[in-house]
Amino acid sequence: MQSQQTDFSKFEDLSKRLRIGSLVAIYHAGSGHPGGALSAADLMSYISGRLLAWPTSNGNALTRDRFVLSKGHACPVLYAAAAESGIIPHRMLLTFRKLGSPLQGHPHVLDAPWVETSTGSLGQGFSAAIGMALGLRYQHSKARVYAMLGDGELQEGEVWEGAMCAGHYKLDNLCVVVDHNKLQSDDSNENIMGVEPLRAKWEAFRWHVIEIDGHDFQQINAAFTEAKKISVKPTVIIANTVKGRGVSFMEGSPLWHGSVKLRDEELVTALSELGVSERLVGGYLDGSIWQDDNR
Amino acid sequence: MEASGKTTTAEPNAGPLLIGTSGDSLREAFGKALVQLAPKYSNFVVFDADIAGGTGVHHFRKAYPHRFFQFGIAEQNMMAAAGGFASTGVIPFVTTFAVFCLRAQEQARLSIAYARRNVKIVASHPGLDTGPDGASAQATEDLAAFRAIPGMVVLSPADPLEIEQATEAILNYDGPVYMRSGRSKTRRILGADYRFEIGKGRILREGSDVTIIACGVQVARALDAADLLAVDGISARVVNMSTIKPLDREMVVQCAEETGCFVTAEDHNIHGGLGSAVAEVVVQNRPCPIEMIGVRDTFGESGEPDELAEKYGLTGSYIAAAARRAMGRKART
Repeated sequence: MQSQQTDFSKFEDLSKRLRIGSLVAIYHAGSGHPGGALSAADLMSYISGRLLAWPTSNGNALTRDRFVLSKGHACPVLYAAAAESGIIPHRMLLTFRKLGSPLQGHPHVLDAPWVETSTGSLGQGFSAAIGMALGLRYQHSKARVYAMLGDGELQEGEVWEGAMCAGHYKLDNLCVVVDHNKLQSDDSNENIMGVEPLRAKWEAFRWHVIEIDGHDFQQINAAFTEAKKISVKPTVIIANTVKGRGVSFMEGSPLWHGSVKLRDEELVTALSELGVSERLVGGYLDGSIWQDDNR
Repeated sequence: MEASGKTTTAEPNAGPLLIGTSGDSLREAFGKALVQLAPKYSNFVVFDADIAGGTGVHHFRKAYPHRFFQFGIAEQNMMAAAGGFASTGVIPFVTTFAVFCLRAQEQARLSIAYARRNVKIVASHPGLDTGPDGASAQATEDLAAFRAIPGMVVLSPADPLEIEQATEAILNYDGPVYMRSGRSKTRRILGADYRFEIGKGRILREGSDVTIIACGVQVARALDAADLLAVDGISARVVNMSTIKPLDREMVVQCAEETGCFVTAEDHNIHGGLGSAVAEVVVQNRPCPIEMIGVRDTFGESGEPDELAEKYGLTGSYIAAAARRAMGRKART
């Protein structure tokens, strides 16, 4: 077990950097959705570190695996992953949500061609991913499509239209992960509009269902590996997560769903909990830490 | 005033059509056009939401089943999935009734137009022409709703020949398009020499006293109106404005200068459709009187299309009366 845990240390390091990048971007923007970015950070770390082939100008559309962030409000974690992957310079994160920035408040494919499609209206990224999976299969591509949905997003009727469609078409090139952090904008899923039982719902729509701890890389890896082996069914990974994961005062609180302003002292505390040394904190606060990043 | 208008439209039996669908509804002509175009254009597929017999794409389903995708009665998923499908390099024709395009309008906005996907939305059953199904199925808001989406081309062809040509034209256009077809059997009004072009109005009948700008089923009624007006010596120009967006501004301004007043005619709410689009250009460039024929901000009801056109004021006689009003206002200014 020790050796396997060591295998995932690079993902753990990466997810820490994704959390830092997300929070610093939101801090400099003066608004944004930290809770759902942090709950998704470990999943995003694995997806960007192992699965994702970023769409670039010369990327072959038919051989490349794709990832759609259907819960588009969590985009700081996607943008941070792009920076960590060398797709954009880290200093671009400081422009998040600002006038003229490629880093729109929700992902936009024309401004940031390295995201798969424009999202932000819940349910639509999932349908777009289904369309991609159908289009790739129609053209005899073996490429796979991944999509991440929020659990509150599952309240959109379009999600169940799509779930029925993907099950009907036996889209085994499609793998969806639900970031099941149990909270949404105003309150818990259960108090707003109950979404359980998730496993039974997806199974009823003819999906292969895997439930995991969405912060455990052993389980994340096992789930995505299993999904690749499933045929004649799409796979959904229900990843149990904690909203705001990694920052104690954000964990489990709908107050940090967003869109919220992060104060100086809150960012300092958060960075400290994420292991940023005291001498570097100032560089994140004024953005100077990324000024030399000229990628 | 003299009735100088010489019609350039076809005689009922003149000349062969490109594909040969005389007497068809627009939806039938569209469905058959897809079949005709399929061998030449291998880069498109057809999406349907359990209504292929209604939209005309059953012809395509039969001929090219492997290029036909059934989405069930779930238009929102179909619309957004079309955006994703297009990103893999193949053009989806998304087909359903116009009212269900309204249902999925936000999917068309975000997943198609905002991402600038090469998707063609073709909507049958627009307007009161939908007939006996009643108001629930009669979309009189779709032109307004889709015209308001940035970058969306909005078309409403007038007869089978034009929708055949338009279907090929939009395949060759790289970007999102919303196109109305139509339910009722449509009079053939365009000659074999007619050439559709996105963004271009066509003068079907010359005239100097008033310009009637129409789209869809109202073009035939506009020609009726011109005939009625000619009896009284009024020379009415008739323009087929099959592209509602981007509107042919040059033609509208030219008509304003040459005839000094307008009637617009559409099977759609008078708010937000062709009449509004024409008025936007006229008031900003060459203000002059405009009378608008359309559904007057109300819902329709069951009935045959011609009965509804009469009850809701869309027929040639109503257009002719509007032309006289517009000319009267011109005289006072």
